[in-house]
Order: sequence, then structure tokens, then C-alpha cells
Amino acid sequence: MSVAAQTRFPATGSGTWLSARGRGWRAGAGLTALLVALPIVLVLSAWLEPQPEVWRHLADTVLGELLRNTAVLIVGVGLGVVIVGVGLAWLTAMYEFPGRALFEWALVLPLAMPAYVLAFVAVGLLDFSGPVQTGLRALLGIEALWFPPIRSEGGVIAVLTLAFYPYVYMLARAAFLSQGQAMLESGRVLGLSTWGAFRRVALPMARPAIAAGAALALMETLADFGAVTVFNYDTFTTAIYKAWFGLFNLPAAAQLASLLLLFVGLALYGERRARGQARYHAAVRRGRESRYRLRGWRAAAASGVAALVVGAAFVVPVGQLLVWVAGGAWRDLDSRYFDFLLHTVTLGAAAASITVAIGLLIAHVRRAWPTPGTRALAQFATLGYALPGSVLAVGSMLLFVWLDRWLSADTPADAGAVLSSGLAALLFAYVVRFLAVSYGPLDSAFERIKPSIAQAARSLGASQRELLWRVYLPILRPGLLSAALLVLVEVMKEMPATLLLRPFGWDTLALRIFEMTSEGEWERAALPALSLVLVGLLPVALLVRRSAAS
Amino acid sequence: MFKTKIGLALTMFGLAAMAAPVLAAEGLVVYSARNEQLIKPLFDAYTKETGTPIQFITDKEGPLLARLKAEGAKTAADLLITVDAGNLWQAARDGVLAKIDSKILNANIPAHLRDPDDRWFGLSIRARTLVYNSKRVSPAQLSSYEDLADPKWKGRLCLRTSKKVYNQSLTAMLIAHLGEAQTEKIVRGWVANLATDVFADDTKLMEAMAAGQCDVGIVNTYYYGRLMKKQPGLPLALFWPNQNDRGVHVNISGAGVTAHAKHPAQAVKFLEWLSSEQAQNLFADRDLEYPVNPRVKPHPYVAAWGSFKQDTINVAQSGALQAKAVMLMDRAGYK
Repeated sequence: MSVAAQTRFPATGSGTWLSARGRGWRAGAGLTALLVALPIVLVLSAWLEPQPEVWRHLADTVLGELLRNTAVLIVGVGLGVVIVGVGLAWLTAMYEFPGRALFEWALVLPLAMPAYVLAFVAVGLLDFSGPVQTGLRALLGIEALWFPPIRSEGGVIAVLTLAFYPYVYMLARAAFLSQGQAMLESGRVLGLSTWGAFRRVALPMARPAIAAGAALALMETLADFGAVTVFNYDTFTTAIYKAWFGLFNLPAAAQLASLLLLFVGLALYGERRARGQARYHAAVRRGRESRYRLRGWRAAAASGVAALVVGAAFVVPVGQLLVWVAGGAWRDLDSRYFDFLLHTVTLGAAAASITVAIGLLIAHVRRAWPTPGTRALAQFATLGYALPGSVLAVGSMLLFVWLDRWLSADTPADAGAVLSSGLAALLFAYVVRFLAVSYGPLDSAFERIKPSIAQAARSLGASQRELLWRVYLPILRPGLLSAALLVLVEVMKEMPATLLLRPFGWDTLALRIFEMTSEGEWERAALPALSLVLVGLLPVALLVRRSAAS
Repeated sequence: MFKTKIGLALTMFGLAAMAAPVLAAEGLVVYSARNEQLIKPLFDAYTKETGTPIQFITDKEGPLLARLKAEGAKTAADLLITVDAGNLWQAARDGVLAKIDSKILNANIPAHLRDPDDRWFGLSIRARTLVYNSKRVSPAQLSSYEDLADPKWKGRLCLRTSKKVYNQSLTAMLIAHLGEAQTEKIVRGWVANLATDVFADDTKLMEAMAAGQCDVGIVNTYYYGRLMKKQPGLPLALFWPNQNDRGVHVNISGAGVTAHAKHPAQAVKFLEWLSSEQAQNLFADRDLEYPVNPRVKPHPYVAAWGSFKQDTINVAQSGALQAKAVMLMDRAGYK
């Protein structure tokens, strides 16, 4: 690996290793992580109730296909988001081409588009009965016109790639920009071509960021239910719901879900192994702002590719939503939409603050004490992102119901649930689900801080708290805000946990989408979907401004 | 700045944790899998008529049931509303529904559309019937669900996914009537006749049929009604199968009173009202379904599709045999 190879220093002086304060930090982070991991433990505990009949049935019938489909999806979407995300990040970070300034931020917009909405629009437009194929048949006068089937493996992979590539794009782009030109120019001075500089210098250095983005995209893929349902593509998640809703067997569903976690665990382990002991911090924070200017067909191709991605992932779906809204869905617009909006944003903001605070705590402790123990803890606590939302929601609910029982053991049974019917249960579920979203970017931001900075601070007598508040925080502020905005967008799109755990009256825009789509009224769902996309644009626009300013 | 943010967050979390909603002492609390726009008008009408406020949350049946079970005696819910019989059967089996002895409910709702043990009650009928492309198929060619397995329909059949509970119930009913071996043969026949991959919903299926991708399929009537209202010109028509034997497969949207309801008497009253002549049209017509109360006529738009003989086997069977049906469809390769 051609990355700056340095000896590995812990970011803490050895003197504090056994100090009471150090133990406090680790204990605090440990407890928090454990609490967040409790619903996951509850899911795992389903194995205490073995379901041999269901497993035999699955093994005899659909299990092979499920494993195959899930693997195909991981590889397909994984390659897709990395190629699209890294490619476009490199393009917009390093080159000048027509529309570059526009595409730079427009490429982040699909973040605001829920995957299930994208899926529905894609199928609606491109299926046999959709306007594209119908139009082509009418135009060409051919009854049996062949058209690539959208409800297919390729279709699912394409849609999920378009929905999730912005994670990789954003993180990779930030990494490329922060590497600065100097490092690349050194590479080129030493005789590397642009491609060589990309492959041998920029790419390896951006690897933690790319890996963090790809991990988010893949966990989201594994947990996805809405989009694969539109395609009727069978994955582990659909099998989980089939066992739960079809076979009325929640323990079997939870067991299937825990296998999903095994997938994630293996993937994360593989990623760690691949990353190895290399270090990723650059000596130069930032060089001058200069991009290689593309000309001729290269410039046209660059603009074309960027336009294609933005068009397919954002412009066309929004256009379709607009058409549906104009075609009648607008009639559902009433004064309640203000409340939906308010609830959506309030829940998102509250969850984002808590999630980022916890993510920061864990990332800091992980950085200060880079032991296998803290790493395992951090990874365990962030697994919730790969669990289907409903399963996780039930896990969180069980935990709160149990807490309720425990707190009110001696009050009469009809006193009612206290905690489990309040906002706390819902916010907790959001934290469990989206901790990975805040932790990933923070962790990779931490990785780019040179250990020597912490060592210097420590040797000047700074405590861990001072190190965090006065050294790390100012450096991490962009990363923190990005993490918070990402969580905000995610929470606003979240559906299953909100459905199950919301207090009475706390309806959000995502819930309105559910109300319409649960009876198949997708066109009417266009109004809340469009509203959600528009609200989501706000944090996304902030994210974009941040990355442009950084 | 960041400190205040964290402080704010913690305060909010604390407040949220404490701010458990104070349950309206007098009102009813409903967990509903029937979505808001179909159920809220009834709540509003009942509140207007009786002054009883109603609070509700909507979700899918599975999570609602898990919540009811977990909450146990502490649940705030008085009623559970679903859009199929299978989930009510499961709720009853889980012990979260109370037995109700009501002459009014028994008089308003035919016996095959409610729990034999009186723990849940159908409130509207959802018929799952055949739909065909009227340009390519004449109704004389159609006869029964079983017939769709005949090779003459090869490459001409459209089906919705087996993951939807409506198809699970249909298959469960076939098992109840014909036995497992015979049903599996039929389902395999269906799969062999498919014109294209199964669809995620009934509406998409019918749109594909209208566009010429297939000739015949199985759908719930209200999806057909909804689509035809929007695009009356589509070459689609309904057919009532099995009229010479057991009749059309029907499911229900229904409800039960929870075992730990805080307002059981009021909840029963509300159920009785829902089954009454004055509320039945409000319940069924909004979604173009059929009323359960035989004294209430369906919406004229729905009545125009003709009357039909319905399968009178108890809908509880669709719950009891659902797991079997799901496994059977897995075996038959019905996705």
C-alpha cells in the first residue's frame, strides 16, 4: 500500500490508560453502545425458541434462492454504488467540465428520494403497461416489442444503485477534496499519469471514506423492503416478512434477521481486513483550487454521464411525482400537512442530535482506545442499520414495554404504558437504526486526523475531554454537521419504526405515504412523497453547501 | 454551540420520555390496519353522533399484533381493525381479543363472516374474483379458479405475488375445500400458465392486462372498481367463478375488542354501530367493498357488477390454513 506508512501510536498517553477518567469514558461509551445494541440482542434471543419446521421448509424450498439473490444484490449494488459514486466524485472534484458546478451538488439530491418511491416510479414508467413501452409499441406498431424487463435483477440493482450511490459520492468527494492537490501533484511529478495518480494515490487514501459510504449503501440495501417489494424480488428481508406475516412466526422472522446481521458482520470484517494497518491522514490539508479542464468529447461525456445519473435518480422521478400530484393527488392537501411537516422535521432533528452525540462519543472512545474490544462494541452498536425497520421497531418496543413493566411493577395493570407509548421509544428506535449513519462518517473523519495532533495535545496536558472539545470538535465540525444532516434525511424517510412507535397524532409525511400505498394508491402517495422530497432537499442543500465550502 | 445542541437534545429526550400521552379517559383507542382515509370518516361520524372521541394508530397487522401482545394488560387499545380474516384469527389465537356476546352483531353479520368463538367480526366483504381482457376472452371461456390451471391458459395468466395475504387466504380456502394435494396441483398449474413475473399489486396486474400482456387474472373487486372509475374505457371485466359449486372466495375487513380493553362496553357498542345499517355503507362504499350486513345494499357502482354466490365456508379457515398455504405456494414456485 502506497499510503503514508507510519508507526501506529495510540492517540492517548499510556499514563491515562488505567486512570479513573479513562475508565469513565470507556464505561460511558460501553454502556451507551450496549443500550443501543439491546434490541439487536433481543432479535438474537429469538434463537432460544427454535423453529425447526420453518427452517426445514425454507431449506427445502426458497432458502437457496434467497441466499443467491441477497448475494447478487450485495455484489451488484456494491459495485454499482462504488463505480457511480467514486467515479462521479472524482470527476467533480478533479475536473472542470460544462455544468460541473451544478452537477457537484445536484448529484447529492437523490439522497432526498426514498428508495421505494424511486422503485415505484421506475416500474410505473418502464414496465409493459407503462408509458414508455406503450408509446414505443404504438410508435413502431409492433405488438410483441422486446424491451429490457424492468422487474428483473438488473432493474432492482439499477434502482438501488441510483438510490444509494450518494453516500459513496458524498464521502468520497469530501475525501478527494481534503487530500488536496499537493499529494496528487507529487504523484504526477514522480511520473504517474492522471489515472495512475487516481489509482495509486487518491483511491487508496480515500478508501476509508469509500468503504464507509459503501457500507451504508449495502446495509441500507440489506434492510430494504419497500423497493424490493415493488419489484417482487425475493431477498432475506422479504423472507423475514413472509415468515412473520405469512407464517405468523415472529421468532423465525427474527432468526432470519439475525442471519442478515451475520452477512453484515462478515462484510465489515472483510472491509477491516482489507483496510489493514494502513493510515489515511494526509500531511497537507488542502491545496489550491485548480481542476484539470476537460475538452471536446471528454467534456461532453462527463456532462452527459452526470446528467444521466441526476436525471434518472432525481429529475425524472420528481417529474413523475409532479404529474401525479397535478393529476389529482393535490386534492388531499389540507391544513394537516403543516402538522405532518412539523412532526417530520421535529422527529428528524431530535433524532439527529442524539444520534450524532452518541456516534461522536463512540467514535472518540474508539479512537482514544483502539482495542479490539472498543471496535467490536462500535460495530455491534451500529448493526441496527442493516435490520429491516419493522423487526428493529418490535425489538425497541419490547425493550420499552419491559422497562415499563419494571418501572411500574407495583402499579395496577390498567395504569397504562408510560414509556413505550411516549416519544422516547420512537427516538430510541431511530438511534438504534441510524447510529451507523452518524458513526460511519465520523469514524472516517477521525481517521483523517493525524495522531500527532492528539499526541501533541495530550503531551501538553489536555484531558480526554479537552482533547475532544477543544481539538477534535473544531476539526470535526464539518463531519459532525454532515453526519447530523444525513441522519436527519434518513429519519424523515423512515417508515416502519415511525408507524409502530409514534404516539397518537404524531403522523409524518412518510406515514402519509404508507396510508396511500398500503392499499396500492401510489398516485395519491405522490403528494406526501413529493413533500417529503422537498423537505429533504433542505438538509441536502445544507450538506451540499458544506461540502462546497469545505 | 455544540454544547447547547447536545443539551437541547438531552432535554428533548427527557421531555419526550416523560410526556407519555394522557389517555382520554372516555374515548376509545383503536389499532387499525385499515388505512386512515378508509377508517377515519367512520370514527368522525361516530364521534359526531355519540360524542365518544376516538384515538387511533395505523400500521400493518403484524407490528400492531406484536405491539398488542407485548403491551399485554397495559395496552391502551380497545379495538383491533384488520383488512383480512387471517390476522384476526391469529390475534384471537394469541389471546389478545375478547369474546363478545352481542345479539346485534350476531344478527347483523352472517355466521361465516365472524369468528365461531365470537372474538372478531367481519365489517365489509372483499371478494377476490376473476378479471379478464374483454377484447380477447369471452366470459363463456371462464368457469373457476381451478380452471386457470388448465394448459389452455398457458402464457395468458397474470397473478399478484403470493406474499399478499389475499392470495394466501384464497389458497387456504382452496386447501379447505379441495385438500392440499389437489390445491398444490392447481397452484403449480397457475405458475406454469403465467404470462409474466407475478405483480406487486392488483392495479399493476390489471394495467398490464389492459395493455395486452395477459388475458385473465385474479383480483379484489375494489381495485377493479378504483381503476375503472379512473379509466372507464379499459377492456377489463369481472367474472364470478365457481357459481355452480362453492361460490366466489371472500375475505373480510373486520375488527375485535381487545382482551385488556379499558372501555370494553363502549368498544362493543362501536362495533355494533359499525355493523348497523346506518354505518355499513359508510364503511364499505368508500373503498367500493361489499357490506357484510345482508340488509344493506352495496354502492350502485358496485351493484352494477352483478350479484354473485359467495363461498360460505367460515373465513376463519383462511387464518387456520394460512401457514400451510404459504408453504404450499413456496413449494409450487409461486413467488
